[in-house]
Amino acid sequence: MSTTTRSRSATSPSTSGPVGTRRRRGGQAVFYVLLVFFALLYTYPFVIQLVTAFKTNPDATNNALSLVPDPVTTDAWVRLFDSDYPTWFLNSTIVTLCVTAGRVFFCSLAGYALARLRFTGRGALFTGLLAILAVPGIVLLIPKFLVLNYLGIYNTYPALFVPLMVDAAGIFIMKQFFETIPVSVEEAARIDGASVFRTFWSVVLPMARPALITITILSFQGSWNELGHFIIATNDPGLYTLTRGVAGFTTGGLGSGNQYPISMAAALLMTIPTALVFIVFQRYFTQGANAGAEKG
Amino acid sequence: MSAGDPRRQQGAGWLFVTPAIVILGLFLVLPIGMALWVSLSDWAGRGSPFSGDVAFVGLDNYSALLAEPGLARQDLMLSFRNTFYYVVGVVPLQTVLALSLAVLLNNQFLKGRTFFRTAFYFPSVVSSVAISLLFLFLFAGGGAINNVLGWFGLNGPNWFQDPRGLIHLLGDGLGVWSTSSPPGWLTDPTVLGLSPWEWVAGPSVALSAIMLQVIWTTAGTFMLMFLAALQDLPTEVEEAAFVDGANKWQRFRNVTVPHLRPTILLVVTLGFIGTWQVFDQMYVMTQGGPAKTTLTPAYLSYQTAFDTGRWGQGAAIAFILFALIFALTTLQRWILRDKDEPRTSRFSRRRRRRRTTVQDETQTQAQTSGRLS
Repeated sequence: MSTTTRSRSATSPSTSGPVGTRRRRGGQAVFYVLLVFFALLYTYPFVIQLVTAFKTNPDATNNALSLVPDPVTTDAWVRLFDSDYPTWFLNSTIVTLCVTAGRVFFCSLAGYALARLRFTGRGALFTGLLAILAVPGIVLLIPKFLVLNYLGIYNTYPALFVPLMVDAAGIFIMKQFFETIPVSVEEAARIDGASVFRTFWSVVLPMARPALITITILSFQGSWNELGHFIIATNDPGLYTLTRGVAGFTTGGLGSGNQYPISMAAALLMTIPTALVFIVFQRYFTQGANAGAEKG
Repeated sequence: MSAGDPRRQQGAGWLFVTPAIVILGLFLVLPIGMALWVSLSDWAGRGSPFSGDVAFVGLDNYSALLAEPGLARQDLMLSFRNTFYYVVGVVPLQTVLALSLAVLLNNQFLKGRTFFRTAFYFPSVVSSVAISLLFLFLFAGGGAINNVLGWFGLNGPNWFQDPRGLIHLLGDGLGVWSTSSPPGWLTDPTVLGLSPWEWVAGPSVALSAIMLQVIWTTAGTFMLMFLAALQDLPTEVEEAAFVDGANKWQRFRNVTVPHLRPTILLVVTLGFIGTWQVFDQMYVMTQGGPAKTTLTPAYLSYQTAFDTGRWGQGAAIAFILFALIFALTTLQRWILRDKDEPRTSRFSRRRRRRRTTVQDETQTQAQTSGRLS
């Protein structure tokens, strides 16, 4: 997966003669111009975001491109912390932790059963799982609201995270991974008389560490960034998560005016946890993006 | 009794899948059933949808949306039109951008590859809400984008307030028509509630800004997929082509692209599935405006149910969208599968079987990663 391990230069035939060299120089120049262009295109917006969070409102509106706040102010941050933002941050944290813990445990349980245990109806369940994978998430907004309302848990904490605690794609990834672990490992434990759960918990699960990390990261990212579900699960500002609360900033949640510095500060702060996790586990993010792309 | 005992496995198997069945059943399968009922009823959001006051109206909601002239059908058709231009713009451009970025990063002389890869991929992991706030600022009337356009003497539009269609503007620029007085033969008859003039509008300026944002954001994920595939390309093959005198473009066109075919298929499929579902950006940035030019089926479905209380119609739109996405992905699969049909030699049969397996795999991957992103 890693791009850095690859080295072709040693075997690559080189172009000879002055014309070839000049052409290659030209090619190199174009290559670097393109690279710098794209790098700016991808990093500059975040730089503007950071700088704007320390500007005054008129300064942000009139000098959108300037990289020097004039004057530097933390006004936006003070106002942000005076709002409901800290509550939303706390809600997002709790919901993300619950969803991630639930997904890691329940998806690996179900994935293991589908990969290894022989029980009646396993084939039918797997077919059902594939069918669920084919349902586009966005069409479930109204249906999910109906059921939350019917069960009487609309506008409660559990409504925010319980429906997200199992995820069909997660089960699928775990199943695929468990199938790559040699059966002989479990047989040894079985001969020793360990129960099914014990075999799963102490023998198989520790071997599934890479898949577990992938699921953890996907769940973290998925639930931290989720918007649709939180829109239909609550309309109580005390239960808003960051995405739901901050989305309201654009529809008059900040009072009159554009208030760019405060919305840039809000967006920046909610990006920091993602960025930290991303930097620490970058290698696994790369695998997550290609999840299922590896042949099982 | 040990874990190898079949009776043990029977019980444990069901016990292990129970939490998953309960949660998926309760919050996925059951809701779909309830929504199906609501889409066939006149429930207005008050009380239980299963109480005696709620009447069964058959396919009325569906026919109001698809068959009868009226505002409901007009809005749905507008949302289809908008999303059609959105998909046609976003899918090819994000695929090309992702492939270009991957090819750039795959250059063997590149130093600092990790930095560039991180920079290109980072927006994909950031919340769509945070990115939307950022782009509202960048594309504001006096924002960064218009400042940069100003360097080249261009007067940028007021992006998110501008409902003018790009094809309308292009035709105006070329002198084909005038947007202030469109030709009569294009405005008079209506097809499914919209005049041909409205159908051919193209994406509005506001929608184009959202398209640019989505292309910029999602290209990173697809870039990683291309990068992984590029690294599987055997160096010898490319070298052989080099020795045979193929130039850079020929090598890319005839060696790299065929090798990437399954990945391109995957990326395009994922693109289709993802773009038809676009919702977050509309919710955060435009609420369907200006002049309904950023209305999409997913957002319309939400708005119809939650804002205007027409739950039956909202649920019906969700099912129509589901059917549409399902039909499009099936169609795409069928078109790509049909290519090898006519030949019957043993060799090609074997090849076809292989191709089919690859396609099934691709489909599953598409579904898995589609839910992940």
